[in-house]
Amino acid sequence: MFPPILLEILVLVTGFVLLLAESFSTSTSKRSLASIGIFSLGWVFALSFFVSSAPAAVDAGSYWNFYSADSVSLLFKRIALLTTMGVLVMALDYESVLAKNIPSSRPGAGTGEFFILPLFTCAGLMLLASAVDLVLAFAALELVTISFYVMVAYMRRSHASLEAGVKYLILGALSTGFFVFGITWIFGITGETHFAKIALKMASVQHSDVAILFALVLVLVGLGFKVAAVPFQNWVPDVYQGAPTPVTAFLSVGSKAAGFLLLLRVLEPFLGVSSLAPKILLVLAFLAGATLVFGNLAALPQNNLKRLLSYSSIGHAGYLLMAVACVGTARSGFGSVGSTVGFYLFAYLLMTLLGFIIFSLVSTHSKGEEIHHFNGLAKRSPLLAFGLLVSMSSLAGVPLTAGFYGKFLVFAQAVNSGHWVLLSLGVVTVGAGFYFYLRVVAAMYWNEPSESAPIPVSFLTKTVITLLVAGIFFFGINPKPVLAAFQQTAIQSAKAPSH
Amino acid sequence: MLTTLLLVPIVVAAALFMGMGCRRWAKYSALFQLVLTLLLWLGYNQDKGGYQFVSSSGPLFPGLDLSYSVGVDGFSMVMLLLTALVTVAAVWMSPVIESRSNLFDGSVLLISAGATGAFVAKDLFFFYAFHELALIPTFLLIGFWGSGERQKAAWKITIYLGLGSIILLIGLADLLLSIPEAHRTFDLQKLQEVAASHLIPAVAQVRPWILLTVGFGILISLFPFHSWAAPAYASAPTPVAMLHSGVLKKFGLYGMVRLVVPFLPQAFTQPVLGTWTAQDLLLAALLGNILYVGLVTIAQKKLDYVIGNSSVMHMGYIFLGIASLNIVGLSGACLLMFAHGLSAAALFAICGALREREGSLSFERLGGAAKTIPFLGICFAMATFASIGLPGFANFASETMVFFGGFNPGASTFMKTTTILSLWGVVISAVYMLRAYKAVFLGAPTNASLKWTDLEGTAKFALALLPIALLFGGFFPRYFLSYLKPTLEAALR
Repeated sequence: MFPPILLEILVLVTGFVLLLAESFSTSTSKRSLASIGIFSLGWVFALSFFVSSAPAAVDAGSYWNFYSADSVSLLFKRIALLTTMGVLVMALDYESVLAKNIPSSRPGAGTGEFFILPLFTCAGLMLLASAVDLVLAFAALELVTISFYVMVAYMRRSHASLEAGVKYLILGALSTGFFVFGITWIFGITGETHFAKIALKMASVQHSDVAILFALVLVLVGLGFKVAAVPFQNWVPDVYQGAPTPVTAFLSVGSKAAGFLLLLRVLEPFLGVSSLAPKILLVLAFLAGATLVFGNLAALPQNNLKRLLSYSSIGHAGYLLMAVACVGTARSGFGSVGSTVGFYLFAYLLMTLLGFIIFSLVSTHSKGEEIHHFNGLAKRSPLLAFGLLVSMSSLAGVPLTAGFYGKFLVFAQAVNSGHWVLLSLGVVTVGAGFYFYLRVVAAMYWNEPSESAPIPVSFLTKTVITLLVAGIFFFGINPKPVLAAFQQTAIQSAKAPSH
Repeated sequence: MLTTLLLVPIVVAAALFMGMGCRRWAKYSALFQLVLTLLLWLGYNQDKGGYQFVSSSGPLFPGLDLSYSVGVDGFSMVMLLLTALVTVAAVWMSPVIESRSNLFDGSVLLISAGATGAFVAKDLFFFYAFHELALIPTFLLIGFWGSGERQKAAWKITIYLGLGSIILLIGLADLLLSIPEAHRTFDLQKLQEVAASHLIPAVAQVRPWILLTVGFGILISLFPFHSWAAPAYASAPTPVAMLHSGVLKKFGLYGMVRLVVPFLPQAFTQPVLGTWTAQDLLLAALLGNILYVGLVTIAQKKLDYVIGNSSVMHMGYIFLGIASLNIVGLSGACLLMFAHGLSAAALFAICGALREREGSLSFERLGGAAKTIPFLGICFAMATFASIGLPGFANFASETMVFFGGFNPGASTFMKTTTILSLWGVVISAVYMLRAYKAVFLGAPTNASLKWTDLEGTAKFALALLPIALLFGGFFPRYFLSYLKPTLEAALR
């Protein structure tokens, strides 16, 4: 059994070694960097099954009390590792586009960091999964965000990418400011930064409700940016569309997972204040409703698939927020909110990654990102079309896919908490979702292709696509492996306070 | 055994998608399904009753009694037989496909597998999930191989059914959560016992009742949620229309009988809208099906729309049987599900065969076909008579039971009135079906119909299965009722 922190250390070390190797290597091909990255992450993933899981010690003396390695954080670490591996596979296929958009003296130069930076994001995500202290959480979140700043703006010749980079940098920095301000307020009220201790202080010490609510609002604004909740979603479509596709996929999965994990952790102490809990949940319900409606309805008229997926990402944040709005109020049944959010994120990872991998391949070869560039894909490349069909069905929530199970859990939580307004909004948005996701399917299967040449797919990518499709079906039928992790140590925030 | 029944079409469909095999594979798969279903039918021990051929995977959801488990009781056995019969006819009656025929055949098999899965599932989650296995294949089939305004119809049916399913999902969650936690389970067999102990208070039954009835109602095309059905069936390729109207739509009714009737019987008498009880609302809606849609059907000028609308109209009778909440009405409703499935499938099959020969199905372009295609003509006549409810066909036996169930001494005045009004539906359906028969098959042959050729080879046998089963059900309804009765008695306990 290894200490759990070893996982993050290994990822970081791999990142640094690769960075050094990249700067000293003379070879023009940077592809091997990504391959080594995928390979090492695979090893770390395997290793994650052999670490001793131990929740953090809360007592003040322990230095490591800010780091918790319970089974939920381990699961999130694995999710981060898998996502990064998928992103690196995509990055390999994306190299040609990347090389075209980077000014360089010789072909292929300057692409190296693109394959290495995701490792740092991954380390940040993994640390975040274990953070039970606001300071570590903030540091980890910044590691994630700052590596994204670089990656989003990576294609320096592409105006869209640069624009996306600037937008993401400015709004990201702003949201970070809000988040830090929120942390200082929390520290000011309680004098603590450890989640469990904050919870204890908040529940026991007398303080003004207004101060607590203000702190919460600041934190919500900060995290709202990360998870793309309305009204903090403005940056999403442009940034997602402009960023290199692998980065978009990473943003949409990794950034969202990080944000929601932190949101659940941060909310717990606040919900412990019984006089405030109903108000907080009302705010969350409003956020959820607005995000659901905006994300799904704004996706309807989109013709650019990348933009459509970015609105869909907002829509899915809405479903996740719908589950978060049920924290603490749910009667027993259908597992905890934490496990719902966790499973949803896991399912979202599978289907979004699959969607972006195929999108990236097709848009590179069809020289366009519009839905009509996918016309007749079923004839050109049946495997890619089928993969995208599965991904879109799962995103739309067709049963026997992982995406459906996630939605099922979310709706069950909402029924359990009696959120009937949110549920009726949910019905409308699911209907809208069927339309805009199946538009892609219709283009692929109903229309005739404009080009007939099949799209070449590397063996590695084929394997990943097959695995993701299999995963979507497997976890859509048997969610136990993922849900069981939440059973062992329920995520802290999910514990229903006894009122 | 049941898992094999379910997996064979899925595996064959997957093989077809991967480019292996040809239509013959789909035919073998359908035949296998029929043979296995017949073996199950004969192997089902009626004296023992209850769920048989059960197998289960063990719990799949930590903390909840949810597992992949299959099993059949008498009621699901009847539905399974319907599925197998219609599947065989549907695969054989599939039109010749030039482009990507494997995708077509595989999708048809998936629709059938979805229906099979829903009927063999002994777990509520999989009961729901399998039904939607058919959603995407239907979307692809109608949109690409359909006729007329196929894409519009494909969108309409998919979004309508998607919405219906999500409302249904919320309803199912609400139903399960209103059961006290100690008794909460996804196992349909255990749920049957839970329902019998009536643990949900009458007032709490109303909300899940509304959600489930609207959810199932959309899937069944209950008035006023019916507008997706007729255009979709009219544009759908033959096997899709057959499977969807014949089998898949019965999923909703099956769910009503399995869940709404046993769990929420008191909701029927609770006031929902002013003084209107839930039952009154349901009766008003089904009158919409029978009278309004019936009259709409008379006004149709094209054969496919007549049959599509008539399929919607007949749902009203089945709802009447369910709303009566007594064993006579309920048995009639369930037998009618079987009978209507066969007759609707037969009508759609012949309608598709005519479309293949003619292209347009406007009445003014058809006529005198009985001379050139006598076999199709006879089958159409028999399906027509069955659909009207002529004695000798299973539809007659079941509709009679529905009317007896509706007009029983204990029924409310509105119930009795509805039953009397529904009787006029028989006249309405006689009007449009006989007119359709006359327009297509009688009279002087048109130039087009002289060139038509009749069905050939094994397709004849496949199509003939449906009217033969209808006749059998008409002469020996008791044979089927003996399978249905134990389940329905348990549901009404």
